[in-house]
Amino acid sequence: MKDQLQVLEKEALQKIEDADSLKELQDVRVAYLGKKGPITEVLKGMGGKLSKEERPVIGELANTVRGNVAEALNRKKADIEAVELEKQLAEETIDVTLPGRPVPTGGPHLLTSIVEEIEDLFIGMGFEVREGPEVETDYYNFEALNLPKGHPARDMQDSFYITEDILLRTHTSPVQARTMNMIKGERPVKMICPGKVYRRDTDDATHSHQFTQIEGLYVDKHVQMSDLKGGVLDRFAKQMFGEDREIRLRPSFFPFTEPSVEMDISCKVCHGKGCSVCKKTGWIEILGAGMVHPRVLEMAGYDPDIYSGFAFGMGPERIAMLKYGVDDIRHFYTNDIRFLKQYHQA
Amino acid sequence: MFVSLNWLKNYVDIDGLSAEDLAERITKSGIEVEGLERFASVSTNVVVGYVESCEKHPNADKLSLCQVSIGEETYQIICGAPNIAQGQKVAVAKPGAVLPGNFKIKKTKLRGSESNGMICSLQELGVEEKFVPKEFASGIFVFPEDTEVGADVTELLNLDDIIIELGLTPNRSDALSMLGVAYEVAAILDVPIRLPHTNYHSSEETAAQHIGVKVEATEQNPYYGAFIIKDIKIAPSPLWMRNYLMAAGIRPINNVVDITNYVLLEYGQPLHAFDYDKFDSQEVVVRMANDGEKIVTLDDQERTLSSEHLVITNGKKPVALAGVMGGADTEVSDQTTTILLEAAYFDGQTVRKAAKAFDLRSEASNRFEKGVDPNRVRKAGEKACQLLEKYADATVLDGIVEFDQLDYSEKMVTIWTSKINDRLGTAISNDVVADILRKLHFNYEQDDETFTVYAPTRRQDIVIFEDMLEEVARIYGYDNLPFTLPGGGGAQVGGLTKQQQLKRHVKRFLEGAGLSETVTYSLTNKERVTQLVSPEVAEALVSAVSLSMPMSEEHSTLRLSILPEMLSSVAYNLARKQTNLAYYELGSIFISKEQEVTKQPEEKLRLAGVLTGEWNHHPWQQEKKTVDFFVVKGVLEALFASLNVQVIFTQAKVEGMHPGRTAQLFLNNHAIGFAGQLHPQLQKSYDLKDTFVFDIDFDIFFHFTKMNQVLLQFHVILV
Ligand SMILES: [Zn+2]
Repeated sequence: MKDQLQVLEKEALQKIEDADSLKELQDVRVAYLGKKGPITEVLKGMGGKLSKEERPVIGELANTVRGNVAEALNRKKADIEAVELEKQLAEETIDVTLPGRPVPTGGPHLLTSIVEEIEDLFIGMGFEVREGPEVETDYYNFEALNLPKGHPARDMQDSFYITEDILLRTHTSPVQARTMNMIKGERPVKMICPGKVYRRDTDDATHSHQFTQIEGLYVDKHVQMSDLKGGVLDRFAKQMFGEDREIRLRPSFFPFTEPSVEMDISCKVCHGKGCSVCKKTGWIEILGAGMVHPRVLEMAGYDPDIYSGFAFGMGPERIAMLKYGVDDIRHFYTNDIRFLKQYHQA
Repeated sequence: MFVSLNWLKNYVDIDGLSAEDLAERITKSGIEVEGLERFASVSTNVVVGYVESCEKHPNADKLSLCQVSIGEETYQIICGAPNIAQGQKVAVAKPGAVLPGNFKIKKTKLRGSESNGMICSLQELGVEEKFVPKEFASGIFVFPEDTEVGADVTELLNLDDIIIELGLTPNRSDALSMLGVAYEVAAILDVPIRLPHTNYHSSEETAAQHIGVKVEATEQNPYYGAFIIKDIKIAPSPLWMRNYLMAAGIRPINNVVDITNYVLLEYGQPLHAFDYDKFDSQEVVVRMANDGEKIVTLDDQERTLSSEHLVITNGKKPVALAGVMGGADTEVSDQTTTILLEAAYFDGQTVRKAAKAFDLRSEASNRFEKGVDPNRVRKAGEKACQLLEKYADATVLDGIVEFDQLDYSEKMVTIWTSKINDRLGTAISNDVVADILRKLHFNYEQDDETFTVYAPTRRQDIVIFEDMLEEVARIYGYDNLPFTLPGGGGAQVGGLTKQQQLKRHVKRFLEGAGLSETVTYSLTNKERVTQLVSPEVAEALVSAVSLSMPMSEEHSTLRLSILPEMLSSVAYNLARKQTNLAYYELGSIFISKEQEVTKQPEEKLRLAGVLTGEWNHHPWQQEKKTVDFFVVKGVLEALFASLNVQVIFTQAKVEGMHPGRTAQLFLNNHAIGFAGQLHPQLQKSYDLKDTFVFDIDFDIFFHFTKMNQVLLQFHVILV
């Protein structure tokens, strides 16, 4: 009987070994381990033929055989399944070099990218971002900024009037005047104001009746012009245009600052030697700045004997044009998708 | 202001400096040099020749055969100019000469006759046509008789002069004169300045015998000086003066006109010459015009005046619009022998009003508008007398008939070295401050660190401490300013407001969802402003806001919706074969709640979008999805979800929109905008294909956003 079981085991393992489909394996399982299978048969016939002592020995052997066969079956089943899966996956092969399914992609306008970059840069220097109305009163747009009616400098920025007293703002400086007025000299102000501004210019490659401005203001006790130069303008120029850029200040005029300066940065193309980009001067004009005029401080409720401050203003269009070589200001307002997409990663 | 360096050299010594270096020094410390150019391009081998004979060319009607002596040699030259004549002194380009444009002169044959060189016009020598005196405009240039034969023409005509163009800011009108520029350069280079003389001989006869001056509008005309100059011989002005005028951009006319222009440029003081014989009275009366009074100005235009215009009259009628333009009746002509020369101070704002009203901005009005130097008014008149005596053979009658209430005082400004250092961040000494004042030619009294500065009247811009601070800073040099960081006093954490953060969030979200941002004009036209106005906007609105004087109808009215200008951008793209577009814009609209605007309109931020064409396209699988209502709704719903707001879409009708494919949007029972498909008719009017839009009130939307929750998301986005 012992021999009989060992033969059966050998036979079954061989059949398992030979099987190459799950179906064949199932047949082997039924044939050897089923209720009518030979191993069960052997055990059934044990009763009359074996002695009391032999019975547990043979019983144990039969269980071992069953166990071995079952284990072999499972092992083989896993093998066959793996092969079949491999086959199935092979059939599922795709051409991974074909193009992907496109996702709609959009992006910010170049002006937004530039404005946000500048905002973040000044936020890093402790400036707040403030906004204000695009339709302003003559008072905030001009008078509060030391530009009384009849002042010749009003010509510099011929304006779009709605009534005698209401106009489209010609700069974002009225936001500064409004903010100072609101704080009434009670604490320092450190802010930038980005936004749209409007001037009576005929649209051409370098002029636009609507454009963007970012102006900044810092009013506190003992603010010095060297702080403007070192603390703000030089840092701005280097972060915005590159660490190798030098700045230069030269005299200018704005009614709301005194002294007033224009800031140039050294030309990237010629490194100051002079080329066509910088009109042979070695320098490129970037922004206007100056020390806040005492009249402006006074009108906003700041005592000019105690407080001093600086202000600066720049045009994001101009900065974008310099940084990205945009050659016509009208491109910013035409919204040609080919232009816009070119700068989505800007 | 165009500054001839050759002219400038009369006042200051600039010989050691290249023009480029000089320009840079002026830019860095004073006034921006916007241009630097030679007066004319280079010519070589052009000399003065004497036309010994001039005959008609045997084979050509319009050509002349000339024998021209240039000293030792005589050349046969064929000339086509109509004004060529025997006895003239002319500019001869010898064979081998090179004229502007690299034009090489060679020996040649013209219709069978030899021509050894060329007789040149000023244009051929590189002078711009508009500066060429009219008598030489269509022919060759003729030198004065006393010109030396064989002399170098480049030198004689100042062709190698360098012209620098100064970009003057409104405060620096002092540099609207050669003397002003000379003071500026003297201060920057620290060199002495040479001032011109104004002495002349005057006759026994006095001006007062011929003219009286009465000023009624004393505020508008605090000084009026009248000179009488007789025995004038109208002729061309001297060559050197013509050269300077052309270099400064003014066309020479005759000695009288040129002299007044020359003095205007030298002193910055406009003068006016009346033909005394046509003046028709012996009294100058300056007054405000009467409403409706008329004058025919030099340009032969009849001008109707009003009571805000200042006029010079002969006691009967206006003969000049003060500071702006003279009258035609008293104009100086070739027959003029006696002139009444006016040197006056007119109030800037008065001149500005008139110049603007009649669109007559001139070199003269510009200088009056900005304010002339009180101390130069009389001097300029005297200088003109000196030049008329010398170059028009004239006799100047003794004395100036004047009305004078002008303020000649110098403004006193006190400055302190310590305050200068406190404002600039410098550590300059009292001596440095004193030295800067000396360079500027400013008078001052010093008491230790306190300086009492007397600002010269040529510098009307200097009034307060800060004006002097700028003078000190720029002459000290902005390059010498240290780089410092602001002190700790105002240490402040910068940042964006919640609303600004929300704006950025919405922008990034929509961009991630496939939309591109546009920036369109806020000013639109009268038709577009009525289109696609969201129902809640239409309800809040009383009128659209229009400009009082638009530059064009296209940009005349402030928008009530961003959509029409966006649609116009979409049409622009479609016309360029860009058919798949998904745009958004975040910007203001302007709502007036008044019929007649008297106060600022309400500005509301709106979020608008326009989508058309394919939303996605998968070429090799032949999959295409065109934009439809649910694409738009899907984007918006995702946006609302990201903001934690519940927005309800209800079926609605909105003018300009598809009646069956439009939804109105509600947030907490507030109408906040609409979304849907454009009406085919509106679509057609913009030349669009099927187009879907949305327009949402951003402010109310911001109001209802659960900011705390949104902020949590922001931190993730912003950090
Ligand atoms: Zn360069």
